[in-house]
Amino acid sequence: MKKNLKYNFVWLLLAALAYAFIYVLYVTGVITPFTEYTLITIGINIMLALGLNLIIGFSGQFSLGHAGFMAIGAYSAAIMSVKYPTMGGFFSGILLGIFLSGIVALLVGIPTLRLKGDYLAIATLGISEIIRIIIINMKDITNGPAGIFGIPPMVNWSMVFGFVVIVTLIIVNFIHSGPGRATMAIREDEIAAESMGVNTTKYKVVAFIIGAVTASVAGAIYSSYVQTIAPKDFGFMKSIDILIIVVFGGIGSVTGTFIAAIVLGILNMFLQDAGALRMIIYALALIIIMIFKPGGLLGTWEFSVKKIFKKKEDKTNASIER
Amino acid sequence: MEVVIQQLVNGLFLGSIYALLALGYTMVYGIIKLINFAHGEIYMLGGFMGYFFINKLSLGFFPALILSMVGAAVIGVVIEFLAYRPLRKSTRIAALITAIGVSFLLQNGMIYWLGPEKKSFPQAIEFKNYQLGFIQISNIQVLILVISLVLMIALQLIVKKTKMGKAMRAVSVDADAAQLMGINVNRTISFTFALGSALAAAAGMLIGLYYNSIDPMMGVVPGLKSFVAAVLGGIGIIPGAALGGFVIGLLETITIALGFSDYKDAVVYALLIIILLIRPAGILGKNIKEKV
Amino acid sequence: MPLLNVKNLTKNFGGLAAVSNVNLSLETNELIGLIGPNGAGKTTLFNLLTGVYEPSEGTVTLDVLGKEHVLNGMKPYHIADMGLSRTFQNIRLFKDLTVMDNVLIAMNSKNKEGILSSILRLPSFYKKEAEMEKKVLELLAIFGLEDKVQTLAKNLPYGEQRRLEIVRALATQPKVLFLDEPAAGMNPQETADLTELIRKIQKEFQITIVLIEHDMSLVMEVCQRIYVLEYGRIIAEGEPETIKNDPRVIEAYLGGEL
Repeated sequence: MKKNLKYNFVWLLLAALAYAFIYVLYVTGVITPFTEYTLITIGINIMLALGLNLIIGFSGQFSLGHAGFMAIGAYSAAIMSVKYPTMGGFFSGILLGIFLSGIVALLVGIPTLRLKGDYLAIATLGISEIIRIIIINMKDITNGPAGIFGIPPMVNWSMVFGFVVIVTLIIVNFIHSGPGRATMAIREDEIAAESMGVNTTKYKVVAFIIGAVTASVAGAIYSSYVQTIAPKDFGFMKSIDILIIVVFGGIGSVTGTFIAAIVLGILNMFLQDAGALRMIIYALALIIIMIFKPGGLLGTWEFSVKKIFKKKEDKTNASIER
Repeated sequence: MEVVIQQLVNGLFLGSIYALLALGYTMVYGIIKLINFAHGEIYMLGGFMGYFFINKLSLGFFPALILSMVGAAVIGVVIEFLAYRPLRKSTRIAALITAIGVSFLLQNGMIYWLGPEKKSFPQAIEFKNYQLGFIQISNIQVLILVISLVLMIALQLIVKKTKMGKAMRAVSVDADAAQLMGINVNRTISFTFALGSALAAAAGMLIGLYYNSIDPMMGVVPGLKSFVAAVLGGIGIIPGAALGGFVIGLLETITIALGFSDYKDAVVYALLIIILLIRPAGILGKNIKEKV
Repeated sequence: MPLLNVKNLTKNFGGLAAVSNVNLSLETNELIGLIGPNGAGKTTLFNLLTGVYEPSEGTVTLDVLGKEHVLNGMKPYHIADMGLSRTFQNIRLFKDLTVMDNVLIAMNSKNKEGILSSILRLPSFYKKEAEMEKKVLELLAIFGLEDKVQTLAKNLPYGEQRRLEIVRALATQPKVLFLDEPAAGMNPQETADLTELIRKIQKEFQITIVLIEHDMSLVMEVCQRIYVLEYGRIIAEGEPETIKNDPRVIEAYLGGEL
């Protein structure tokens, strides 16, 4: 128990340091309204990519439908914020998004997650597109293809930071637990997992729901920050953008996701005006990574405070024994 | 009643385009179990090559068609060699991600090179409308239907009657056994890609001619819908792809005719999910279980 | 009442009967052998009993505290919960997970951690994790794997992988343990060690073990009763001495008179 407190404390410290670091960047003027966009986008992308990595990397289900759930969250928050332009309105929008995306993920997940590999990928892609088309056609509520603009801004960087921490905690705590291990067992060998007592459908759906809900929260924050959303923002391209982060960082590595989101976020800032060229570079990088390191750049490697402490412990034990 | 039949006719021509594309998907999936995400882009490139041959080299429609089919075949073989062959032993997910990468590379490559705007595809064959009783049909629709059928029959002949066709079928069933029987698996796979790509390019040119326009993103939605068609008919089964293509084409035109044109794409995606859940083997397909 | 009762079990794949009219009955604490030529349907039988395949005909019933439960149509994880566990012919370990995780996952079925309590890291979560880890270490120690706790399953030598699969199956606290060719690919020394291990398991855990094996020395050594399967049918049943001399069995394996 004491050990766990120690690890948790170190992580808390790291989070606090990160917060302080960003604060300093603001105070010293490194962060301008232009660079702030990059910072907040990185935060949103971390949340999106963690959720997707949970589904693809940890439960082994290839989902290409993340943008659909982001859209649900974005629109829920936007509609509620416009109607009730207060913090309360915004948060009820977030809750509505969580509820809706959770239900959709549950209903869609149970039948669809029976599918494997490429079939699941295409099915989830189809679902994401259906969600988007429904949003386009609910013109009275969503304003159709024109989208919603003038969304009241309710988020600042501290809030985004807080959400990122919460989402990270949820996902990491889930992974390092019984349910998390059961989920990974499904990725490793579904038949063996089931024979060892793991209810594979349940855990696949749970991972899918957690991913959907975190995507929805990220979408809500996105809509509140950019203040304008349209159905075309949540197409297949968006799902691929998130997939790129997951793949580059490491399919099954939380650390990798963080690093990739940050690096790509900064890179995007410089490649902003390159348009199609940016996608060409990423597409090439995707192909090359798949050929040479299909698990992603970091694979399943994780930065672990526990391991660092264990190494120190082993070293002291070894020297004592001598 | 007349409206229904008119719609059926329209659906046939749209369906033949989807069928041509679906054939490429089904052949590639049958032989290497990969959804070639970039297939829709080959269709797009076919349209662009046709545009180039007709406009810049002043070729007639049919010579341009042949050349763009050949060009696409080459591109297909090159893509397979560079991007898919290295991943033959990898996980399906890795191969799929690579295919997505190739697809995006081609789309954005064209956007970067020629810009994202629609280009006007020349009216290489003069447009003429025919009236058969109450049915209205254009010569171009007839052309599309005829060329599609000719190509499909040619494909069926190649697959059933030639040695390479036999090799394709053998590798689809068991690549290792085929290799032990002396079949050059790599060459067979390349040939499959060449055939599928040629058909896709033909479809791209025909559509370009019909709508008089092409653009770098034109392959995305038709590509996806044709994949649904291939799955519907039975993935890996060639007649299935043709059947699926026509069904999807008809489904789409009926949806529009019933006044739900806003949902025409959603209907196709929904159909995909329904087939995958109820009968993943497709209309003509058989079920295969994993050995424990 | 027998522990596991199998009546008229049949499995058809298309037109082929992989398993036909099989009758088995297993008591508690028995060591049963299942032998037969390749393709006889032994693994298919295991798959039927553990829920991986659903029977076309017949019933599989398990006696739980005096009550008879029909296992037909139950999903594999439910059957595992009821007390049937197994190893696989072609080792199916969770390759990229550690030895500890492989066993913890199997232990999960009897010690379910709630999703919410895991995410919120309630004290009950920490307590349960510590308990389970302790149990895993005890179990691993019995099998000599306690030093490899943090090793990834894929990095274990072959013999240890087979042992780990058995440990994992035992972690589900089964009433019946199905071992599918555990001695495959082992040399005589390793097989002798395995024989000892199986005896040890029977003594320590007091469970029923059903063993598919081609290594006759192992089977004859260790099994109290043997069933012989050929072309999906049971052609003989009895004690090792009887089976050894049964002409039908000899013919099935060797194809006729010597």
